[in-house]
Amino acid sequence: MRKLKNNLRYIKIYIGIGMAITTLLGILLYILINGLQHITFDFLFNVNAPRGQTLVPMIFTTVLIVLLTLAISAPIGIGSAIYLNEYAKTGAWFVKTIRMAIETLSGIPSIIYGLFGFLFYVIILRWTWSIMAGVFTVAIMVLPIIIRSSEEALKSVPNAYREGSYALGAGKFYTIWKTVLPSAVPGILASIILTIGRIVGETAALVLTAGTVAGMPSNLFDSSATLAVFMYTITVEGTDMDRAYATAVVLMALILFLNTFANFIGKKLKPQ
Amino acid sequence: MNKFQLKDVNLWYNDFHALKDINMDIKAKEITAFIGPSGCGKSTLIKSLNRMNDLIDGCKITGDFLLDGENIYGNLDINALRKRVGMVFQKPNPFPMSVFDNVAYAPRVHGIKSKFKLNEIVEKSLRDAAIWDELKDRLKKSAISLSGGQQQRLCIARALAAEPDVLLMDEPTSALDPISTAKIEELVIKLKKKYTIVIVTHNMQQAVRISDTTGFFLLGELIEYNNTEQLFSMPTDKRCEDYITGRFG
Ligand SMILES: Nc1ncnc2c1ncn2[C@@H]1O[C@H](COP(=O)(O)OP(=O)(O)OP(=O)(O)O)[C@@H](O)[C@H]1O
Ligand SMILES: [Mg+2]
Repeated sequence: MRKLKNNLRYIKIYIGIGMAITTLLGILLYILINGLQHITFDFLFNVNAPRGQTLVPMIFTTVLIVLLTLAISAPIGIGSAIYLNEYAKTGAWFVKTIRMAIETLSGIPSIIYGLFGFLFYVIILRWTWSIMAGVFTVAIMVLPIIIRSSEEALKSVPNAYREGSYALGAGKFYTIWKTVLPSAVPGILASIILTIGRIVGETAALVLTAGTVAGMPSNLFDSSATLAVFMYTITVEGTDMDRAYATAVVLMALILFLNTFANFIGKKLKPQ
Repeated sequence: MNKFQLKDVNLWYNDFHALKDINMDIKAKEITAFIGPSGCGKSTLIKSLNRMNDLIDGCKITGDFLLDGENIYGNLDINALRKRVGMVFQKPNPFPMSVFDNVAYAPRVHGIKSKFKLNEIVEKSLRDAAIWDELKDRLKKSAISLSGGQQQRLCIARALAAEPDVLLMDEPTSALDPISTAKIEELVIKLKKKYTIVIVTHNMQQAVRISDTTGFFLLGELIEYNNTEQLFSMPTDKRCEDYITGRFG
């Protein structure tokens, strides 16, 4: 009787896992089947193909926005996490305020960031729809993610390392730089990967700030669509679903590539 | 020769009075053992000797801690103090780096950059910690992969590399097997020639085997402080006698 119950439980678990995997694989396969056939050489690589016939500008813009955003928000985010976890006194009102701000910011839907970016950068600062406006908007949006997960990474560094370092006469900065941070690198990197995924997949905040132009930007104050934004616009227009699926395939491949790359760096940096 | 002189030392964790009117002299180049039941303040006292208590919020200390006649809570730079007064923890805590980088940590902190000099210090410290032969071919390996006993001796080597005068050890063998423990005891006795050693232990035999002077603590007070042989053969305080004969509590 007990055995039967146990077996039943296992069967239920397997059915659950099976359903989850089938759904995921199903979506993946569906996109691949619909998308792969429309991926052509021109679509992927021909810079000179007419607008909308090639993904090169969107791939370029996506990578550019990811890199610029990280260049702004990674140092600020990791720095804030170090401050909050290593320097700040937990009870101080200043820290409590920052914490509350972070919590709140991380709960806001991205369309609101988009609206803010549109009003502030595009209108007030007159940056127009531009890569810059997009980058600065998304940089604020991902800041809470970076801060929170970097903080988790720092928290998971055993206190014994800090004590060991202080006991040898090392100062606070040296201890953090040489002992705490290296141990936290894998965790911080995981947060960066998460952030990359978020930026690559972002549409709402970017449609309103970086715009939807499907061409190569000539400078940072040009409007240009990322892959996700491009996909969003052609899907909404509904004229060219084939290319929307093909873009989805490229988008997935790009995310896979970026994650693998970040993992690789993580392994390199991790203490043996 | 007194290395440390403690005068009317009191310590509070917020409202909790953890050390009460401690007066004691710790002799240079001797091994001083702190014994006493759990929670009596041994770790608290040993940590105040290299100011590790400064890291704890709400810790308040009064009284004098003289190291070679100089108050360590006065003008002395805290990092300079910790260089002079090394510490080995209860749980071995090597950094997640190579064996070499672990031992070279303190010299690097204190400004030594020359590869040649670092090699020299690392070898000497590992030899002094009696672990050179075991580790000389594994200097590039991660310290985390060593056994617990090796890790603890590596931590001793790491502390020695700072060229301290004093070595504080808070139950350094309580997480180790008997063989590693024996090795560390042997090592500590050897180190006494060059260093002043203060050790906290729950193991009475260990105190007898290695220490010259023993202090018995109870509820934050230093109850009895005497030559180890004397303290264990004829304790003057009833509570101390009960504790060392195992009749305590
Ligand atoms: N950070 C702290 N905050 C508040 N109270 C503390 C703190 N550290 C220790 N105490 C208290 O101070 C007293 C002495 O603690 P201590 O760690 O010095 O004891 P100990 O003699 O080392 O005990 P053990 O043999 O278990 O290691 C205990 O009652 C303990 O609860
Ligand atoms: Mg203790």
